[in-house]
Amino acid sequence: MAEQHLSPRLIPDRLQSRSSRMLKSWESLLLVVAILIFALNSFASPYFLDPWNLSDATFNFTEKALIAFAMALVIISGEIDLSVASIIALSSTAMGLAVTMGADTPVLVLVGLGTGLFCGMVNGLLITGLGLPSIVVTIGTMSLFRGLSFIILGDKAYTGYPESFAFFGQGYVWWVFSFELALFAVCAVVFGVLLHKTNFGRTVYAIGNNQTAALFSGVRVGRVKFILFLLTGLMAGIASICLTSRLGSTRPSIALGVELEVVTMVVLGGVSILGGSGTIPGVVLAAFIMGMVTFGFGLLNVPGIVMSIFIGALLISVIALPILWSRARRRMAQ
Amino acid sequence: MAKLLKNREILLVFAIIALVFLIALRFPGFVEPANLARVYNDTSILIILALGQMAVILTRCIDLSMAANLALSGIVAAMINAAFPGVPIPLLILAVVGLGAVLGSINGLLVWKLDIPPIVVTLGTLTIFRGSIFLLSNGAWINAHQMSDAFKALPRASFAGFAVLSWLSVMAIIAVYLLMTRTPIGRAFFAVGGNPHAAVYTGIDVGRTRFLAYCLSGALAGLAGYLWVSRYAVAYVDIAAGFELDIIAACVIGGISIAGGIGSVGGAVLGSLFLGVIKNALPVINISPFAQLAISGTVIIIAVAVNARTESRKGRVILKKAEAV
Repeated sequence: MAEQHLSPRLIPDRLQSRSSRMLKSWESLLLVVAILIFALNSFASPYFLDPWNLSDATFNFTEKALIAFAMALVIISGEIDLSVASIIALSSTAMGLAVTMGADTPVLVLVGLGTGLFCGMVNGLLITGLGLPSIVVTIGTMSLFRGLSFIILGDKAYTGYPESFAFFGQGYVWWVFSFELALFAVCAVVFGVLLHKTNFGRTVYAIGNNQTAALFSGVRVGRVKFILFLLTGLMAGIASICLTSRLGSTRPSIALGVELEVVTMVVLGGVSILGGSGTIPGVVLAAFIMGMVTFGFGLLNVPGIVMSIFIGALLISVIALPILWSRARRRMAQ
Repeated sequence: MAKLLKNREILLVFAIIALVFLIALRFPGFVEPANLARVYNDTSILIILALGQMAVILTRCIDLSMAANLALSGIVAAMINAAFPGVPIPLLILAVVGLGAVLGSINGLLVWKLDIPPIVVTLGTLTIFRGSIFLLSNGAWINAHQMSDAFKALPRASFAGFAVLSWLSVMAIIAVYLLMTRTPIGRAFFAVGGNPHAAVYTGIDVGRTRFLAYCLSGALAGLAGYLWVSRYAVAYVDIAAGFELDIIAACVIGGISIAGGIGSVGGAVLGSLFLGVIKNALPVINISPFAQLAISGTVIIIAVAVNARTESRKGRVILKKAEAV
């Protein structure tokens, strides 16, 4: 977790102690916010603290958080992927198509994962192979992937998924712990280890901080970025399996606008949108916060589109507040 | 001849002519002057929006909130008209353009004063604008019978053989062309995108220039908002949803570099026309309207790939000359 403090601007004469550094970190602030929201929610509604209710609340964020882990890596490396929601739609459509051809659950899962990987590969090839800017490419593939679902589905919907397929979005592993929540926990650990404890993770930070320097230090920038887009596609495929299984149907407008929520989650988790810094524990906390806020709003009968105003404002303010804060501190120091 | 072919605008003109010619081979009615005028009229709103987006992209920014701004301005125009049918339409248009500019200036201020990446700002304001429409209208539709006749008639009215909507877009093209080529701020848009550091040394305020670009795109989105609502005679939360992609596609097709500093008014107009011809041709050649989204996406990707190739080739030529010396 120490990499992000090696920024060239501040070189103190002695290092801060580990405990004071942790106290001042973005993650501890998020933890405080999470606890506050939790407390507020349990005061606001007597039904909030029911274990089954809390378990239901986790469905608000698990699918998005699965993508957010991979998106965090992409954003740390200085790129962005706006096509994730459309990948969900295309994977879901492909699975629906497979159902009409009589595929069973294992085949459906393979189809979902395969479509996700394929979409990620298309993004990765265009961005690293042709050297195109990721923001335009993924805006393009965002309409291409969803457009393909529209061509295949039109105004129809696929239903009739097999009973065993429902497990991924509706099944429980143990007591109130759903399959999605367990998957979320496993992926959090896997991505945490990948980013913070492996060489691969260090190269991701290196690319985000200075791509040219990383290239000259022998990092295969193109290959790492390609893997990251592949990984994002795969996670979107997994999210698509969970979402499709939970809803039990596919429409071409499935998961519309989810890319915004995923990016908000990543940025709220303390990942710099300019690349180079951020942590997985931060993203996990941000996922909890966003999930509990939407759930709390739901208990208070706030309509979905008003929640989206809140998410848009949250996205801007989590970036603006640290900037304003550091400016105010600089002014006070003078 | 080779030089002529490298010119982006001329290539696009050829592409559009070839496209129209191909359609005319099977459906001669498509090239009748009256139909071509109809296609242009149908593309007018996209052209107006692409002009604003061009200014923003030139300064190395992007405005994803244009369609949401259009919808919010449009619904406000419709609500004012429904509540006070007596307000004269020119005044109403002025108010809506002002509202659009204010909404655009919010983007501009966040980019200028807080240095937040433009994509994040406009993704955020996109949802905020759309949500505000819901709060304003409570999700209700404003239908044709609630709007005054004058409100609905203006874009449809005919002047010298063409609809007023077409004339308005021609005026917008001329105004933005003059702004881009004949004023200091137009030069500043190019300078800021071409090399922000150099722009600072020539005395250009980079942040302020970007702010003004957002104000321009906002004002044009406001104008387009009135035109959209009055043309289709209905206003609700989701009007022009997803249209921001078409606007960016038009710019990218028109050779406006997403990296900033490269582009022209002609490119933005031709890029919009290219999309407009495709959009109008799809039903004629019997392709499902559902295919349009996928076609836009494919065209964006192809266009950005072509742009990247032409831009990078320029760099290589200079290197070869340097080696030869």
